[in-house]
Amino acid sequence: MNLNNMNLLTLSMLLPLLGTAALAFVPKTNALLTKQIALATTVLVAVVGIAMTVSFDIGATGFQFVESREWIPAFGIKYALGVDGIALVLILMSVLLTPIVVIAGWNESEGGRWSPKVFYSLLLVLETMMIGVFASTDVFLFYVFFEAMLVPVYFLIGGFGSGDRAAAAVKFLLYSLFGGLLMLASIVGIFVMSTRYGNRTFDITALSGLHTVLTPMMENVLFLGFFIAFAIKAPLWPLHTWLPDAAKSATPGTSVLLLGVLDKVGTFGMIRYCLTLFPEASKTFTPMIITLAVISILYGAFLAIGAKDIKRLIAYTSISHFGFITMGIFAMTSQGMSGATLYMFNHGFSTAALFLVAGFMISRRKSSTISDFGGLQRITPIMAWSFFIAGMSSLALPGLSSFVSEFLVLVGTFTRYPVAAVIATFGIVLAALYILIPVQRALHGPTTPGNENLTDLTLREKIAIAPVISLIVILGFYPSPLLNIINPAAATVVSQQGFSDPAPTMSEGKK
Amino acid sequence: MITFISPTLDYALLAPILIVLGGALIGVLIEAFAPRSARGSSQLFITLATLVLSLASLIRVRSGASTTAAMESVTFDGAGVLLQGSILIIAIISVFLLADQESFTALAAALPGSDEERTSLQQDLKLTEVYPLALFAVAGMLLFPVSTDLITLFVALEMLSLPLYLLAGLSRRRRLMSQESALKYFLLGAFSSAFFLMGIAYLYGYSAAVTFSGIHAAVIGGAGNGVYLLLGIAFLSVGLLFKVGAVPFHAWSPDVYQGAPTAVTAFMAAATKVAAFGAMLRIFYVSFAEAYWQWRPALIVIALITMVFGSLVAIAQRDVKRMLAYSSIAHAGFLLSGVIALNKSGLDASIFYLFAYGVATVGAFAIVTLVRDAAGEVTDLNRWSGLGKRSPWVATAFAGFLLAFAGIPLTSGFIGKFSIFSAAYESGSTAILITGVLSSAIAAFFYIRVIVLMFFKDPVEDGTSVVIPSVYTQITIAISAVVTFALGIYPTPLINLIQSTAQFLR
Repeated sequence: MNLNNMNLLTLSMLLPLLGTAALAFVPKTNALLTKQIALATTVLVAVVGIAMTVSFDIGATGFQFVESREWIPAFGIKYALGVDGIALVLILMSVLLTPIVVIAGWNESEGGRWSPKVFYSLLLVLETMMIGVFASTDVFLFYVFFEAMLVPVYFLIGGFGSGDRAAAAVKFLLYSLFGGLLMLASIVGIFVMSTRYGNRTFDITALSGLHTVLTPMMENVLFLGFFIAFAIKAPLWPLHTWLPDAAKSATPGTSVLLLGVLDKVGTFGMIRYCLTLFPEASKTFTPMIITLAVISILYGAFLAIGAKDIKRLIAYTSISHFGFITMGIFAMTSQGMSGATLYMFNHGFSTAALFLVAGFMISRRKSSTISDFGGLQRITPIMAWSFFIAGMSSLALPGLSSFVSEFLVLVGTFTRYPVAAVIATFGIVLAALYILIPVQRALHGPTTPGNENLTDLTLREKIAIAPVISLIVILGFYPSPLLNIINPAAATVVSQQGFSDPAPTMSEGKK
Repeated sequence: MITFISPTLDYALLAPILIVLGGALIGVLIEAFAPRSARGSSQLFITLATLVLSLASLIRVRSGASTTAAMESVTFDGAGVLLQGSILIIAIISVFLLADQESFTALAAALPGSDEERTSLQQDLKLTEVYPLALFAVAGMLLFPVSTDLITLFVALEMLSLPLYLLAGLSRRRRLMSQESALKYFLLGAFSSAFFLMGIAYLYGYSAAVTFSGIHAAVIGGAGNGVYLLLGIAFLSVGLLFKVGAVPFHAWSPDVYQGAPTAVTAFMAAATKVAAFGAMLRIFYVSFAEAYWQWRPALIVIALITMVFGSLVAIAQRDVKRMLAYSSIAHAGFLLSGVIALNKSGLDASIFYLFAYGVATVGAFAIVTLVRDAAGEVTDLNRWSGLGKRSPWVATAFAGFLLAFAGIPLTSGFIGKFSIFSAAYESGSTAILITGVLSSAIAAFFYIRVIVLMFFKDPVEDGTSVVIPSVYTQITIAISAVVTFALGIYPTPLINLIQSTAQFLR
């Protein structure tokens, strides 16, 4: 194969597989070499991802880095890849997070049921699938990645997690499989309909015209098949109950990928598949979805306030954040859409920061209960500051990256659904509570017994956390490079729905 | 005065069946004349050579479609070739399991617990009759999906069934259970054969013909008594549904799957399904297609019940072979949707599904033969816990087959499921699609539970061990695993082959 002609997306998916193949030849006892190979591979993929971002043409419309090969021509299935601004940003997030997870979790794989070799093989396979799921422009190919990526995550949670990891892994898998099978029914529906009304295809661009020939009933049913699958993935109330268990039981690194990347597949899928394929049905269900999103925002926040376990707390905050993202998507305004996409990116990094620092804390204290910590600010200042900044990012403090996206989402929603936006704003108040309470308990105040001898971050841990924190700060002040990539794609999605942004109105004042 | 018209036979097209029959006869002669010590290896060689030769002759004549391979009794067409090919490939990989003689009794005629049995075990006798028996069954299976008259169909049915009844009773361990299962299989099988014959009689009464094309002509003509047609289809279907293990004719399958020697179960579960569904597809597509309003509603109901029942009851199983039996019932339900679809994509999807499922089934049972303790195979699922720790490769392979059964992408099961459901939906059956998807979700639960057991539970210390697979079993598992994943990752060549060749000649 000629490397020069090779598509960068395919290359970035191939590299982790090659890494996995290389790992197969490493002896099981040589954990260090295993980790080095995994790190080198993921860094290389990250470089490819950055190269793609740099060479992405902001002005162009449509998909870029397009590649299309026949896969199963009998069913019209293609190996078709391509990214728009939204997908690119999410791929960038995935490939940046993976090496960070490798560094931060350098010792996580040791306590597992199997050798580190298995851990890193699963992780690398997962990275391929994470890129594939965002890069697919063929609905069938997307589904293959969507379902197949469950398998490595399942083994990562069940094999290397803590506590009741097997049960959590099964819960995760069953929930996801159930959603996935509903989606399979919808995909069969799309397949049969596209055969009936034209040519057999799974191409997303070609299928975007399919809704014009569907009956409203059919469109609604097909929409629900996709939407429920995505609502399980990016957990919306009341389909969220698997997430806290999975996040608590997985290793911090796996949790970062689970909440940071995998759950984004749900929100990404809502944009790419629900909105594009079924615009009419999306409109029909929007009031219901916005309601669910608002409930998730508040419900997740309340659960987070009451959480005693630090990992569960982060999972609950994510439920709240996914509510914001979903609300932004279904507001159908360009600010809402851009904000939701930026939110996905930012949430990936702020959650990563929270989980990684929480992981550092837990590995030192051997406990994940918040009340076991206390006064860390004095003992381990760097760790405490990292947690503080990550927490501030999670509550969307101005000046940190999440603020920009949360603000955009609220503005975008307000112009169309003012009531929902106003209620959702309470989520911000609650966010202050659920972050500041653990910050106060764990970091400030007198040092409680059991915490006196904790050590501060090691060099490796600093290397892992530094890029995440810097990104949070930099993007908080200067988000425009990302927004420049996102905005055209977001505007395209919104205009495809037949929506235009509501013009700002003002009531006439007295002359 | 009756004049006898000598039949015209196309020996080239019948060669795959004739070769297998010839091989079986040679096997019988070896049993009679060869010294005991030489039988094992020579039988294995003969059986393998026969099957490979038969497959080769099938490939040679693959494009010679003909309705008159043996008058109107056997029709040789694209779908027939694909089904026969699937049966032969499945037979070849499961023969390697027969070679592992540990699962067969040493002397079938000795009463369980008798002195003869002890002596035969001490003498380390080998039961080599299984090879010719298996070959006879294969010959029947090859004939079953290409028969195009009801008499030949019945002969083929008995030809494939009788050796299987015998084989099911030959287990070395738990012989009483094995013999009980064989008797149960035989009695219920005989019962269903009677229904089958009754169906033939009614269909003859309806159409005055036993050939598929004659019945088809009568259905189109519409002159016959519709009640006879309905009864004929109903009774014939009972016989066929019994063979595929569809609810409510499934009762035998868990017991037989459990009682039979695992090597036989593997062969029976995979190959019988291909043969029986092949015959079913042919008769419904060729003869009864125009009368679909007579049978389709009933068959849809049976398919729905079969899917849901198989998936639900499998959850409660504590024995790996019984679990696989109920899973095969659920899969019979999925496969019935291919019959119901009654269109070209339904036929294509069914053939793909049959092959993919058959290969994965052989692989899964091959792994069951490996998990043993001092008293033989361990099929109690609780004792499989921690298998992933003790023998990661065996557990990984088994997990792979289970994922294929569950229809996870990148395995053959997913492509099969997708194509068969879309064919059923294409023909307008939304209920099949929805129920199929939901029962797949239920089924996923118990497949995953086994994976949890193997990988996430600690081993129980009770002497359960995995034997080092013999080279034969290794071949079986390796081929099954490679095919299962290759068909999941790149199924295009096979799908194209099926799409371009699969059709029934009328």
